[in-house]
Amino acid sequence: MKFGVVQFPGSCDERDAVHAASLVGEAELLWHADPDLKGSDAVIVPGGFSYGDYLRAGAIARFAPVMESVIAFARHGGLVLGICNGFQVLCEARLLPGALLPNAGLRFVCRQVDLEVANGSTAFTRACSSGGADSAGSGAQAQHLSIPAKHACGRYYADSDTLSAMTEAGQVVLRYAPHENFNGSVADIAGVCNEQGNVFGMMPHPEHAVDALTGSIDGLAIFQSMRMAAEGATTAAESARA
Amino acid sequence: MRARVLIRPKAGILDPQGQAVERALPALGFDGVEHVHVGRLVELDVGDAGQLDGMCQRLLANPLIEEYEVQLLDGQTGTPSP
Repeated sequence: MKFGVVQFPGSCDERDAVHAASLVGEAELLWHADPDLKGSDAVIVPGGFSYGDYLRAGAIARFAPVMESVIAFARHGGLVLGICNGFQVLCEARLLPGALLPNAGLRFVCRQVDLEVANGSTAFTRACSSGGADSAGSGAQAQHLSIPAKHACGRYYADSDTLSAMTEAGQVVLRYAPHENFNGSVADIAGVCNEQGNVFGMMPHPEHAVDALTGSIDGLAIFQSMRMAAEGATTAAESARA
Repeated sequence: MRARVLIRPKAGILDPQGQAVERALPALGFDGVEHVHVGRLVELDVGDAGQLDGMCQRLLANPLIEEYEVQLLDGQTGTPSP
């Protein structure tokens, strides 16, 4: 399977995203001014400060030529992962509900965070629930991921009606573990998906947690999940054709 | 036509910038300061003022988190003041 990783002027995590995705499949950069997704089976909108984050984080990037294709790809059911600035871009593009606001403490924060997988059956988290010594036989126990976060504008917000609909529908995918919600996100939300489940955004950076040398490999599960989902979809499509 | 767009955080959404300013003013001896909110100001010349609402909805503001107010500055040109 092939991951396309969008590169805006001001992106800074696209190369780590390519590296992480290449551990589970092929990966290629997609330049912001080129609407061609180059046959990608999944798209990653990476972290950084696209177009300088002028006006609001993600507000300008959302109108980049490549984003028109990403939006069409998402509307046809393609898998789209937004990380940090990518999450902000996907919210601005209305592919995901809600918005990201400046951290409650107004500071840029860079730290390892403990996350709980609130929905382990999505196309982006299904690999989280399998494996892991402490998850065996303890269905009630939430799977935890240790992943770095680094942002100044990561306070997730959605109004209360949207929030209850999302919670009901399992769209709250990742939450900060108790005492880990450093940015003031509503309901400790760290990652959400759309209603259809094919678009997912998270503030922490799974692409920075794929090598034991840097402290954690928990981020790999996100990319492995996407591979499982993409291959499952291919298999289903193939059997439908057969 | 010169226009001014005032953008504010929606009521009820935590505004840490406003809070920080609200705490800072009394520290400088300015008493009786309440309900401070910090927003954004966009000034622009437009050919068709009827398009301003669309501009706000699509780009200048995020209606999920912000309120906006359009002011038309009649009789003014876009020439920057000296």
